[in-house]
Amino acid sequence: MERAVRSEELKPPITSIGPIGWVRKNLFNGALNSILTIAILLFLGRVIPPLFRWVFLDSAWLTTGQACKQAAGACWSVISTNYRFILFGFYPYEEQWRPLLAMFILFGLLYYSRDRKHWKKPLAYAWIGGLAIMGLLMTGGFLGFKSVESTQWGGLPLTLLLAVFGLTAAYPLGVILALGRRSKMPAVKFLCILYIELIRGVPLISLLFMASVILPLFLPEGVTFNKILRAQVAIILFTAAYIAEVVRGGLQGMSRGQYEAADSLGLNYYLTMRLVILPQALKIVIPPTVSILISAFKDTSLVVIIALFDVLKTTQTVLSKPEWMGFSREAYVFVAILYFLGCFSMSNYSRKLEKELSAGR
Amino acid sequence: MIKIAKDSATPEKVPFWLDTKKRAILFQFFTLAMVGLLAYYLISNTLFNLEKQKIATGFGFLHKEASFEIGESLIPYSAANTYARALLVGVLNTVKVAFIGIILTLIWGTIIGVARLSTNWLVAKLAVIYVEVMQDIPILLQLFFWYAIFYETLPPPRDALNPWAGIYLSNRGIAFTIPEAHPAHLYILLAFLVGCGITYAIRRWARRRQERTGKLFPTFRVGTAIVFGLPVFTWLAFGAPIEMNTPKLAGFNFEGGMAMSPEFIALLTGLVLYTSAYVAEAVRAGIQSVSKGQREAAMAIGLRPVFVLNLVVLPQALRVIIPPLTSQMLNLTKNSSLAVAIGYPDFVSVANTTMNQTGQSIEGVALIMAVYLFFSLSTSSFMNWYNKKVALVER
Repeated sequence: MERAVRSEELKPPITSIGPIGWVRKNLFNGALNSILTIAILLFLGRVIPPLFRWVFLDSAWLTTGQACKQAAGACWSVISTNYRFILFGFYPYEEQWRPLLAMFILFGLLYYSRDRKHWKKPLAYAWIGGLAIMGLLMTGGFLGFKSVESTQWGGLPLTLLLAVFGLTAAYPLGVILALGRRSKMPAVKFLCILYIELIRGVPLISLLFMASVILPLFLPEGVTFNKILRAQVAIILFTAAYIAEVVRGGLQGMSRGQYEAADSLGLNYYLTMRLVILPQALKIVIPPTVSILISAFKDTSLVVIIALFDVLKTTQTVLSKPEWMGFSREAYVFVAILYFLGCFSMSNYSRKLEKELSAGR
Repeated sequence: MIKIAKDSATPEKVPFWLDTKKRAILFQFFTLAMVGLLAYYLISNTLFNLEKQKIATGFGFLHKEASFEIGESLIPYSAANTYARALLVGVLNTVKVAFIGIILTLIWGTIIGVARLSTNWLVAKLAVIYVEVMQDIPILLQLFFWYAIFYETLPPPRDALNPWAGIYLSNRGIAFTIPEAHPAHLYILLAFLVGCGITYAIRRWARRRQERTGKLFPTFRVGTAIVFGLPVFTWLAFGAPIEMNTPKLAGFNFEGGMAMSPEFIALLTGLVLYTSAYVAEAVRAGIQSVSKGQREAAMAIGLRPVFVLNLVVLPQALRVIIPPLTSQMLNLTKNSSLAVAIGYPDFVSVANTTMNQTGQSIEGVALIMAVYLFFSLSTSSFMNWYNKKVALVER
């Protein structure tokens, strides 16, 4: 009895538990780590206070460009004054609620699709319907909505549009290419390998150049389609090659037994793929597919180079006005935060999904 | 009986659309025909359009005078040179930024990757934040940002920052001191290369001797002494020239020394910081893939820490690291094409100017694709060769 009481009283020394123990274990375990910790703390102590002052205390938030030049800190007015143009570009000012609503529909759909329990047929219809409504909202020209030419589209909606439609259209193409690359027919296999390696070997920017200057030459006389669509085609062709490689990884992960089982049931190639192989293979590759979505989202920023008004180009347009010249840092930080929020939530989701999927096996 | 035997000898004739082999041939023929027709359609359209717009086809324009200046060049170039030479300047500029970028990325990425696994909480967390932030912001935006930092934040050359003796930071780039040109430099470089060669030979010889006799040879120490000793000896032999070429303000910019343009530095900084986040992830995954037991087993048989790392951990980790590393190096090279957006005269930028001046857009894009394909294929074939060398040999 007495022994039990005494052993209860014997607690670990204060220096190895609690906050002190944590600090000792994680920050000062050994000479090198102690030096590193102190060096980093000194560095942060030098950097963070001036940065904080620049961002929050000395900064100008709701002023004109002239007043901004007097401020010692950051000039966030460049954002607060021009955010409508940065976000929506040349879309008519009174109609900008339409792209906003379209973006909300997209975010809503994405949010609803987070849960794997919702991945059923109705969700697919909801996506098709949602994308159609978004397209209609953007173009207008019905029910008294003013028609807006796609040359006026810009800003964040354009970025999202290029990424979402790019991936949606590239996905089936990528699956077909992956199946072709794994095919036993030499001609088909050769064509698919040629396509995939060719596209993966060149930078996206060369495809964008091709779309903006060569594609018009490819088409018969009189047939033209607009610049956004041409860039979209380039992004689709580019993304498809990367999706094909990801899907191929999934196909290679399938055991032979799956093919043989399907064969022994008497399923033909199409049914084998549709009912047995692809559902499993595509499930394995969901996390890398999300990474491709992330890079597609980031890559849309390259359309700046062929002068489409995506969110980066609208920002640069603002920065080229004399009033706002010299505030690039603030404006770019704002755009970087937008991209970061998008990509970070996607990559977080991808990690969560990866955990869920591997737990099920 | 006889009738059945006869039947199995001459099987029922299968119609050709149910014979998988014939069907495959038919399908392939059909596919090729479709692709061929599409190609024919596009090419004939293109030829028609080109003829209508009176654009000559072919690469004849390469021999014409370029008549545009290029900001920086590794080889002598002037506007009077041909387009071919201008494009060569572009290729060399791309190679320059990619080569330096790859080396810096490997170093910085490895540091970050190791830092992510540090037992120091602060170091590990900072590395995680770095990787996450860099991966989630488009490279083009990062390039714009660094370029803006250069031309907006830094002072003009006449009040250039001078953080270190002989280094000047201004909105015209970085200028720093280099040794004055001297014939000895060539021989020092040669001595360095010879030293590397000798060290490689010693390493092979030491390996073979160790396998035969078990005797160890301090290759690392001897190699270091040779690689650094030979150039120093050469330098002394030439009378130890120590004259320096310091940049001096002349007019609106610095003269003398070595200068790097803001475009080049912005491009290099952006590419290195961005790609090293991916390299760090690859390095981390590789190190984590080596199970703890391997390290413990190596220590249990009494290997020294250096050998544990060199003989057990690294060979296994490298096998996992190299494939993703290859694709990151290629990504860096391909992303260097974004130079066109900030005005560094890389290949795409020069080709773009050429296309605008001559109207030879098809040839221009074809050249861009060919050059990058060449980079990609040569890098990946080299990496495949190396990968095969370090790959697991299963018994």
